Amino acid sequence: MVENFLYFTELVGMPVFDLKSRRLGRVRDAALVPLVHSARVDRFLMGGADAFLTIRYDQIRSIEFGKGIALSDEQLTPYHDDEYLLRIGRDLLDQQIIDVTGRKVVRVNDVTFGVNSDGERDTLSVLEVDIGIRSIFRRLLQGFLPARWVRRLQEAIPPNSIQWDLCNVLEPDPLRRLRLNISYQKLERMHPADLADIVEDLSPAEREAIFETIDSEAAADALSEVDPKMQVSILQALEPEKAADILEEMAPDEAADVLSELEHETSEEILDEMDSEPKTEVRELLEFKEDTAGGLMNTEYVALSEHASIVDAAAALKDNEDLLEILNTLFLVDGEGRPVAAVPLARLFVAPAGALLKDIASPNLITAPVGERQDRITALFDKYNLLTLPVVDEDGKLAGVITADDIISVLRAR
Amino acid sequence: MLSLLKRFKYHIAIFFAVVGPGFITANVDNDAGGIFTYSAAGARWGYLPLWTLLPITLVLVITQEMCSRMGAVTGKGLSDLIREEFGLRITFLIMSLLVLANMTNVMAEFAGVAGSLELFHVSRYISVPLSAVAVWFLVVKGNYKSVEKIFLFGCVLYVTYIISGFLVKPDWKTAAIYSVKPKLMLDPDYIYMLIGMVGTTIAPWMQFYLQAAVVEKGITAKEYAKSRIEVIVGCIMTDVVAFFIIVACAGAIWAVRPRDIQDAAEAALGLKPFGQYAFLLFSAGLFNASIFAACILPLSTAYSVCEGLGFEAGVNKRMREAPIFYFLYTMLLAVGAAVVLIPGFPLVKMILLSQVLNGALLPFVLIFMLLLINKQGLMGEWANPRWFNLVSWATVAIMIGLTLALVGITVRGM
Repeated sequence: MVENFLYFTELVGMPVFDLKSRRLGRVRDAALVPLVHSARVDRFLMGGADAFLTIRYDQIRSIEFGKGIALSDEQLTPYHDDEYLLRIGRDLLDQQIIDVTGRKVVRVNDVTFGVNSDGERDTLSVLEVDIGIRSIFRRLLQGFLPARWVRRLQEAIPPNSIQWDLCNVLEPDPLRRLRLNISYQKLERMHPADLADIVEDLSPAEREAIFETIDSEAAADALSEVDPKMQVSILQALEPEKAADILEEMAPDEAADVLSELEHETSEEILDEMDSEPKTEVRELLEFKEDTAGGLMNTEYVALSEHASIVDAAAALKDNEDLLEILNTLFLVDGEGRPVAAVPLARLFVAPAGALLKDIASPNLITAPVGERQDRITALFDKYNLLTLPVVDEDGKLAGVITADDIISVLRAR
Repeated sequence: MLSLLKRFKYHIAIFFAVVGPGFITANVDNDAGGIFTYSAAGARWGYLPLWTLLPITLVLVITQEMCSRMGAVTGKGLSDLIREEFGLRITFLIMSLLVLANMTNVMAEFAGVAGSLELFHVSRYISVPLSAVAVWFLVVKGNYKSVEKIFLFGCVLYVTYIISGFLVKPDWKTAAIYSVKPKLMLDPDYIYMLIGMVGTTIAPWMQFYLQAAVVEKGITAKEYAKSRIEVIVGCIMTDVVAFFIIVACAGAIWAVRPRDIQDAAEAALGLKPFGQYAFLLFSAGLFNASIFAACILPLSTAYSVCEGLGFEAGVNKRMREAPIFYFLYTMLLAVGAAVVLIPGFPLVKMILLSQVLNGALLPFVLIFMLLLINKQGLMGEWANPRWFNLVSWATVAIMIGLTLALVGITVRGM
């Protein structure tokens, strides 16, 4: 590993020699063609008389640290700006990228290449992106001190690098993103809260790019973790269709909260694009004042008839599979839709087969009217140690539920 | 009608949502150094320097407007942009200068804290360490929203200068005349004073702080129109305060016997014959301004440096996550406070040095700003229009000329 790596700072300025070992010029930049190979340096740009010349990777015989680049083919072509090229010096160095495993936005100080030799020629491939003090030190000293000295001196500083395949380059322009084969799929696997932290660190254009490209479900999860003010600016920037897709994936109460912060016309535009079912739910929720039970509640709950059995409950849960991750209580309603009892989900497992749900329900049912004030609601949660509180409308019918995570958000916002 | 009302309410809400960065920056501009410069100008030259305030306001508006526009449009701080467009070496150079200049600025602030509290017979060995520790905890342990509220409250306290200006009962007619009547003299002291006034009003750190604050606040291009108003109003407020400081010192000190004063505390003492309240308000204002700037300067410096060099930054990060940020912040505070306590420390020399450093840095910052704001790729339709470029290049040229003159005179004087 001693000599078979090369830093970008060392590559820049490296002399290039032709077949007869005459010096042709110096390397100015290097570029990948991500559509062809994600890490191999495909072109080297050499400073010629007054324009860059392009050296293809297969025109190179050897690349040696401290010596230079020797060509095997001298037919160099003038450089044309090509949209399929990711130029390291221009597009990567000093820019921000996302460190997917470290879950943060970092700035590229330098790039480490591996020098691979197959006997016929040497190729460079991007190994790591360097961040941290060591690479800053290297950049600052390069050119003032011999490269070997810099390598030795930097040993004292611990390295700080990210593997190339764990980096996500940011590119706001959708067309260029396609040509450079940049996708944000790696981000979809991150925890939504981490992704939210990352987008908060980015500029509006980059933020928009991410929300436009990742799938609506991941986008919705991340968006609900983002600071409310930023939620608004993100949705405003997106196309109404995409914004609607994302909001459909969000919990209706959160979607309604975000929409209520938007300008009236924008929120109407987005609502128009939504599917009819989530749209009606969100519209109903939008009617309530933000700081009341109605404004806090969401309509994602499971309610069954008061005569339902455990078998019915299992069937109902199957029908609402997307809710399972957050669900902790079932509600029993009478013929009029009024809640009569609550069944903690865990009770289902210890109940005898064939039992009726009302036999295993909690003895007391606490409910709140839609107009109840926010601070009264939090008091109820505290007093009765609730996880879920059913909210009833003027006729006493179950209108929605407030969950403990809603309460945590309220308390945090104080 | 209802929707119109709703629209109006929305716009008001947006306006208050963007209030903060512009006001705070503009007010911190009248820090200990600023107050001293204005007091000295009033004490020595009376009402003569007042005419400079109009052009100074104009220049201040032009530079501040560009910063907040860049922040709103790109969503990136000034040091971010300098790094991305001009590379690591230039960023490193500018950041090093910024740290040095701001360190001397922080010294001046703590000297202001010491001076103002000594007027109330509080020893500096008590006041300075206490306030340094208080500032550190306020910023590190408080959350951004409440800290911003405290800062906005700090802005209100500048009103003390306006009141003390009235209490001194200056010659309003003369003040009014000289506010619009330019008075040029070839007296080197007079010219030095004029340049000093310009230099203290437009400082490099402000450009970094304002742009970062606009980004932090999440102001977008869409809301920018409101933000612009806020910036302009803030700049006008700065110079209204400056006007009253000059007028107060002209009425109290110059009218009795024109003389040079050594520090801002001396100016406060000069107001004593005109009533206890004028004196009290003036010194309370000095304390407020010093401690206010002592909060913001180290914080803003640490932010800018970490952003530009790609280190994690932010008071919402833990110390282990952002070690360099906390180190810089703490170091600036500690060093700035400590030197004030060293007996026989050449503080006046240091404050002169801070002027030289600010002066050396400002041309770079202004030129970079203009280059950045004219990049179509970055600013798009928000780039400077041609007439604005004319005005701003002219402004920058004048500013550079003046600061170079200031640096020249100061260096010769040292």
